[in-house]
Amino acid sequence: MIEHLPILQVIIPLLAAPICLILREARLVRWFTFIASALAFVNSILLLQQVQTQGTISYSLGGWVAPIGIEYRIDLLNAYLLILVTSISTLALLAAGPSLRKELSERKETYFYVAYLLCLTGLLGILATGDAFNVFVFLEISSLASYTMIAMGRDRRALWASYQYLIMGTIGATFILIGIGLMYMMTGTLNMYDLAERLPEVQQTKTVFTAFAFFVVGVCLKLALFPLHLWLPNAYAYAPSIATVFLAATATKVAIYVLLRFIFSVYGFEFSFSHLPLQEILVALGLMGVFAASIVAIYQDNVKRLFAYSSVAQIGYMILGLGVGSKTGLTATLLHLFNHALMKGAIFLALAGLIYRVGSVNLKAFSGLGKQMPWTMAAIVVGGLSLIGVPLTVGFVSKWYLVLALLESNWWPIAVLVLIGSLLAVIYVWRIVEVAYFRKAMQDSAPYKEAPLMILIPTWILVLANIYFGIDTGFTVGLSEQIAASLFEVAK
Amino acid sequence: MLMGVYSLLTASFFVLMDAVDVAFTEAAVGAGISTILMVTVLSMAGRFENRQLHHPRIALFVVLITGVMLVYGTFDMPAFGDLNAPVQTHVAPYYLQQSAQDIDIPNVVTSVLASYRGFDTFGEVVVVFTAVIGVLAMLEFSRKPDTTGDEPAPMYQHKILRIVGKILIPPIMLFALYVQFHGEYGPGGGFQAGVIFAAAIILHAMLFGVESTRKAVSMPVVKVLAAVGVLIYGSVGVVAMLNGGRFLEYNALAENPITGQHVGIIIIELGVGITVATAMMLIFLTFARRVGKANGESA
Repeated sequence: MIEHLPILQVIIPLLAAPICLILREARLVRWFTFIASALAFVNSILLLQQVQTQGTISYSLGGWVAPIGIEYRIDLLNAYLLILVTSISTLALLAAGPSLRKELSERKETYFYVAYLLCLTGLLGILATGDAFNVFVFLEISSLASYTMIAMGRDRRALWASYQYLIMGTIGATFILIGIGLMYMMTGTLNMYDLAERLPEVQQTKTVFTAFAFFVVGVCLKLALFPLHLWLPNAYAYAPSIATVFLAATATKVAIYVLLRFIFSVYGFEFSFSHLPLQEILVALGLMGVFAASIVAIYQDNVKRLFAYSSVAQIGYMILGLGVGSKTGLTATLLHLFNHALMKGAIFLALAGLIYRVGSVNLKAFSGLGKQMPWTMAAIVVGGLSLIGVPLTVGFVSKWYLVLALLESNWWPIAVLVLIGSLLAVIYVWRIVEVAYFRKAMQDSAPYKEAPLMILIPTWILVLANIYFGIDTGFTVGLSEQIAASLFEVAK
Repeated sequence: MLMGVYSLLTASFFVLMDAVDVAFTEAAVGAGISTILMVTVLSMAGRFENRQLHHPRIALFVVLITGVMLVYGTFDMPAFGDLNAPVQTHVAPYYLQQSAQDIDIPNVVTSVLASYRGFDTFGEVVVVFTAVIGVLAMLEFSRKPDTTGDEPAPMYQHKILRIVGKILIPPIMLFALYVQFHGEYGPGGGFQAGVIFAAAIILHAMLFGVESTRKAVSMPVVKVLAAVGVLIYGSVGVVAMLNGGRFLEYNALAENPITGQHVGIIIIELGVGITVATAMMLIFLTFARRVGKANGESA
């Protein structure tokens, strides 16, 4: 079975989805979903081990070798992200039971789990494949499933948010498809590595340039790069809590992966950074994203929305790291991918527990919660500290590498701006802390109990991960450096 | 309506470009099902657009930029029909020349779709399945029996329509089956067959009322079938894996690789057909029921 690991990664959740629809009983479906996701997680760990010992794995689907058929190709970069996606998904599912029972009707619960599994399938499929068109197919699966999950939110505004996302997402997907179509037209192949070999020949043509432009814009829509982020805050704010946890921690990361994959492995660093002003564009947009989104976040009263805007800001940091165009910069981006998933996973899970008890994420409802729900609030605080980048948390590690990369390239004004950006994060996190710890609880309400254990446990696993990976950076930094090095090697 | 016309014209374009399979799909899906679904949705929504409050200047700007980019991209494209274009010289010749040896079915489109790039097709089936989940999650009604069921269907008084419909529905279904199993030899296959089959059911629903169709077609069963279609496709892949091949490697399905290919393609096409047909039915019936409700309330 070992040689089938790459495909098992994707088809375990894929086949689990229709089975869930047949099972129907919500409780049964819940455990089934959890087991499928946990299996996928184990699978991803085995894959990483295999990649570390054997190098890149190629798996030809249907037995047809690469350019003829579709190939799955796992190297360190996708193995790393596969672990990220499956681990977050499994932890979120652990908390899903109580949270969803509260937020959805029982009949909808089953559909939610099916959509969840399909979304997971889509994300894993995008990560595992080595075929450009296959990326698009699985992108469609994950997007459709996430629109469904978002639309299930309790708030009626969830429908509108989902619709907005649907329109923006479809435009993004169409742009990506146009890009892939033009690439196919100029090279006659859809396999990424074949593309990488054949693109340099036609590099100078206007068509390839157009293909690249469409593809990058499409992906940037998907990863919510400022100013294409407009769909994100509402989608995250009104989706069911568990969907927010999962999507916030994984979906945009996978889109960033696609961007990295095409910039480095398909087009090559040379083309992407030397022929085009991509570097300047990415740095500018990344910085603008950090500032604009952080400032908007400060004025939000809905805490879920606040953290959604903060996600846009964090994406800005990742893009900034990429824009530096050096190995250290890329390392910072990769680190922040992983670390941001840990932070936002912890925060949104804690918020899920909060919604379970309090029923609202309005800042007003937070007053006095520091005493009533100490564990939940502590989780949010640690997550917030990590967002700011306080030492001993993961946030510090990735910011450190980002600043290092900027200084290496002698871009110290930008490094200063990054630090100022972190100060903005201090403001919005402080607003929550102030209300929760220093304001008395509203008198007319009975004190809230602590969130249920089933939500607290996964929350604190993530919180501890935030601290653990902030102190012992061996796994994340080591791996990120290796990946960054290998991506630059491929590019040359 | 214009969209339907547009799709039909696009379909004829595809015929002119010798892409009969694509044309067939476009005619069945674009001109047929999507038009029906659009009309259904329109009957739920109001007839006129709300007045625009803002002038979408930025949108116009973005659209113009996109258009200019697309035109710019065409400058260096290989000429239409150029034999030396990269598309014609790299992978395509392999498909055209080796398909007969590898898979041995006359329709090369089917062999690319179902075997060489079978995993993409699997993905597409899952996309359809995901769409159904989305529609059901949003619009499915509680299981309470409806009171509106006794009313005659809106088309009840059209005798000619009813009789012609009754005559037409069985042949349409038969034709769907023909398309389904003839996909290896001529244009056709699971997607088209599924849509045509669903069209027969939808025609029935339009002529005799959604409720009477629901009596004939049990929704829970249809739902399970939609899932089963995906599972059939997936299980072909898993069986191939258990037989020592790769996922979806049909060669491993039988002693003789060619037989394996044939068996594999027939089974996965069946899975595609089932999922697509049930998906279209589910989408239409859930929408149509919603329309019935909305009209009942307003009346």
